[in-house]
Amino acid sequence: MRLMSRTPLQRARRAAESVTDPELPMLTLLDLGVLRDVDVVGDSHVVVDITPTYSGCPAMAAMRDDLVRELRGAGFDRVDVRVCLDPAWTTDWITPEGRAALAAAGISPPGPAPSSDGPIPLTLLPTARQVRCPQCESPATELVSEFGSTACKAQYRCTSCLEPFDHVKEI
Amino acid sequence: MHTTPEDEHDSAYSGLLVNDAHWAFGAAPVPDGHGEDPLAGVDTTIPDGVDAATLATYALMLGDDALVMSHRLSEWTSNAPDLEDDIALSNISLDLLGQARLLLARAAKADASVVPVLPEGSPVPPEDALAFFREAQDFRNVRLAELVNGDFAEATVRVLLFSTWRLAIFERLRASRDHVLAAVAAKGVKELAYHRDYSARWFVTLAQGTDESRRRLLAALDLLWPLWPELFDTHAFEAAAAAAGVGVDPTSVREAAEGVLEQVLAAADVPRPEAPRRVGVLGRTGRDGMHGEPLGRMLAEMQSVARAHPLGQW
Repeated sequence: MRLMSRTPLQRARRAAESVTDPELPMLTLLDLGVLRDVDVVGDSHVVVDITPTYSGCPAMAAMRDDLVRELRGAGFDRVDVRVCLDPAWTTDWITPEGRAALAAAGISPPGPAPSSDGPIPLTLLPTARQVRCPQCESPATELVSEFGSTACKAQYRCTSCLEPFDHVKEI
Repeated sequence: MHTTPEDEHDSAYSGLLVNDAHWAFGAAPVPDGHGEDPLAGVDTTIPDGVDAATLATYALMLGDDALVMSHRLSEWTSNAPDLEDDIALSNISLDLLGQARLLLARAAKADASVVPVLPEGSPVPPEDALAFFREAQDFRNVRLAELVNGDFAEATVRVLLFSTWRLAIFERLRASRDHVLAAVAAKGVKELAYHRDYSARWFVTLAQGTDESRRRLLAALDLLWPLWPELFDTHAFEAAAAAAGVGVDPTSVREAAEGVLEQVLAAADVPRPEAPRRVGVLGRTGRDGMHGEPLGRMLAEMQSVARAHPLGQW
């Protein structure tokens, strides 16, 4: 497609979809499932919906700033970034491209998210996951901690190659 | 410094030389300077037939629980027994701070009269005004959240009691007629389930560990148990919010929360404590703004810098 033939919506989408996560820079906000919608509502006015991964995610302000800067750079004078709290973000929204990018960067991608309808049963044993080492692909891995370097990750260790690594926890 | 336009274009620092002054102690601004609203774009219309003051006070109660608990947990940063648990407690603190920010913002949007009045031209956003410029007696948190930190067993028991109760509330709050509260709850249940399960596992581990770890765990449980019943008291605002379909009556989740706690106690082989509840002062407890002295000290530390510079920008 020639540059000139793109519609404003296509330009806006392309710009918004190029923005990466400030803490997982190998992932775009689209790949992460944080970018929920992009809409052009008037001459050079674009509205973007994003959803936080966690309630206290400190990266939200940076994401907002990055979206505004990219879209202004793409010729949109007015950029409104709206917060979409419902439905709540789930790791199931991370795209196949996003999962591949995480693994390539040494971060184990999440498995399917558990259902969060109804009462959530207590689990006293560590969450059972089939986690492969992103370095050597060994399935022999052990949980170090359910909480990791950011709100969205748990810490694992590979018992084959002994490397520690992050795992994006399923929510 | 004088530069030609070409130099400005080439300078890596040129982007920093813009007037983006903002409130010095809160969230970063958006570039066009109208402040970062955590509820930007969220439908904050008050549902039909709901009293604004009721909704605002109810949101403040849930927000203050999270804010005070978050601050106490943040005091663990760099003090936990090991790095993993330091990170875990910090993560739990961060989740609760996020919930607090949304809930205090919701309270301010529902009824602006709950927000402390600051000098003209103050850059402080409403949720920060609520956090940093209210006195202890204006906080509506349950007293369990505000106690001075003890040892790691005490943190374990406190997080277990708090998150078991709050998760039971949030599971029902997902059906709130208020879109914001429902959305905060839908997100919060996922976070709180992690907090609860983390603390429940440590509860069992400490109870089944060494004599010393079990002794400390039982002492912590005895210390905190008298404040457990307060979590299920129904304050007039909670009753009104529940009747209006926006809130949850804490009494209605007691059975569910007790059921979860029984599972943990059974797995840990710990008998249910029998200590009587801690009574309020003339019947007033945390929800009424009646707090212990430790909350005043905690707020003094948390609020002092912001209060010294209500117009602070950087």
